[in-house]
Amino acid sequence: MEYDFARGGVDAHYFAALADGRFEIPRCEDCTRSHFYPRAVCPYCGSARLVWVLASGEGTIYSTSTVHPREGDAYNVALVDLSEGPRLMTRIEQIAPEQVRIGSPVRSRIVSEGGDPLLVFVPREASA
Amino acid sequence: MTASGISILGTGLAGLGHAGGRSEQEIIAEASHRAVSASGLQLADIDGLITCSITSPWWVIRIAEYLGIQPTFSDSTMFGGSSFIADLLTARLAISAGLCRHVLICYAATPRSARSNSAMNNMRAQLDPQLYEHPYRPFNPPTSYALAAARHMHEYGTTREQLAEVAVAARGWAMLNPDAFRRDPLSVDDVLNARMLSEPLTVLDSCLVTDGAAAFVVSAADPARDLHPAPVDVLGVGHAHSHRQISSMPDLTETSAARSGRIAFDEAGLRPHDIDVVELYDAFTITPILFLEDLGFCAKGEGGSFVSEGRIAPGGSFPLNTNGGGLSCVHPGMYGAFLVVEAVTQLRGEGGSRQVPDARTALVHGNGGVLSSQATAILANGR
Repeated sequence: MEYDFARGGVDAHYFAALADGRFEIPRCEDCTRSHFYPRAVCPYCGSARLVWVLASGEGTIYSTSTVHPREGDAYNVALVDLSEGPRLMTRIEQIAPEQVRIGSPVRSRIVSEGGDPLLVFVPREASA
Repeated sequence: MTASGISILGTGLAGLGHAGGRSEQEIIAEASHRAVSASGLQLADIDGLITCSITSPWWVIRIAEYLGIQPTFSDSTMFGGSSFIADLLTARLAISAGLCRHVLICYAATPRSARSNSAMNNMRAQLDPQLYEHPYRPFNPPTSYALAAARHMHEYGTTREQLAEVAVAARGWAMLNPDAFRRDPLSVDDVLNARMLSEPLTVLDSCLVTDGAAAFVVSAADPARDLHPAPVDVLGVGHAHSHRQISSMPDLTETSAARSGRIAFDEAGLRPHDIDVVELYDAFTITPILFLEDLGFCAKGEGGSFVSEGRIAPGGSFPLNTNGGGLSCVHPGMYGAFLVVEAVTQLRGEGGSRQVPDARTALVHGNGGVLSSQATAILANGR
């Protein structure tokens, strides 16, 4: 989706950081929990005292599906639980879609797709 | 047994399957006219109108114009497919507040005869942006439900064969329903071998894309008894939602049907074993399994075995989705209103060869978005 970075805001911050090679997530200074996707208020306690922190990039596959489009190759769509707690949608790369397993440890990687930065994950043993 | 104080009077259906070129407004008017006439009312008596559309933000105003009515109460809140059941709550509030007397709840869409194009799909994505999901190209809604199914299989050992049993049972009911869209025999193997959409869900684990309109009239329970020979009382209604996007759903194996169901059962003063006929939104084969668990008809994790061995099929001990459901009867984008119409048909003993004997109580459960919004209502024959 096209995004106007000049507009500012949490989305703009997130994608600008990603474009600079940093995967950042918001953390609440009141309840100390991290959340995702980024918001203007903490979805757990309602506080607006949020700071950006560098995510560890480590996570575990919570669920996974191989999408079979009418045209083109099958591809993976996954939900990953970050070690900080929040869950996000992503794609597991470096292994075939049919080999992606729930419960597997993964690590984040920032790739470029269509000129935009995109957060994907790869198997943790393959990411060293 | 009229805890909530409202009853359902007439119902109407129109344009099921393929509407033959008729517009959404045209078939919604046909269904509404049937529902209002069957209620012993004229369209001019309708002073409350609730309807919504996934495409038109002006929908309720447009439909009032088309029907030629000037309601004193109107609502068009979007709860996806759980609208029309959640709307019972709104209708009750409006009637009990004295804002109106007779509420028409109606829906229509024609996705089969007026197929969407890429420009419209793109516009929908722009109007409801999901910056953190769209870049990964989930084939939605199937992929979101596939992620829930995969997690349920992982945690509880649910199998693709058990998912397929839901589709096979729905087809069994559809074969007894002359209004159903798909009535040819279906086997578990047919479902397993069908074209894969988003694993583990095939095209036969997925609801139909058909045209259709459904409408029903809701009035206060007391006047309802003078208007209609067989009013259906709304004993309890609950509505709950937990997320918009699947990545924000707290636990993919437990929906907020657990909350909406508890509210509805508590208000009705009934328990799952008191219910004679159950109509659950079957957008995909995984959804009735989740709702059977969350509504308390079986324990969490046991939904897969619960639906097996013909229990929910015609002749089984647990009549479920007796019109053939969204999987085999009708599914024009949002299915909630059709669940209500089928439950009312059963409670009035008008189900023909698919009639559940002695159906006195029914539970209807609507699902909107990607397991996002859940609405439960418990209905009973008012006579």
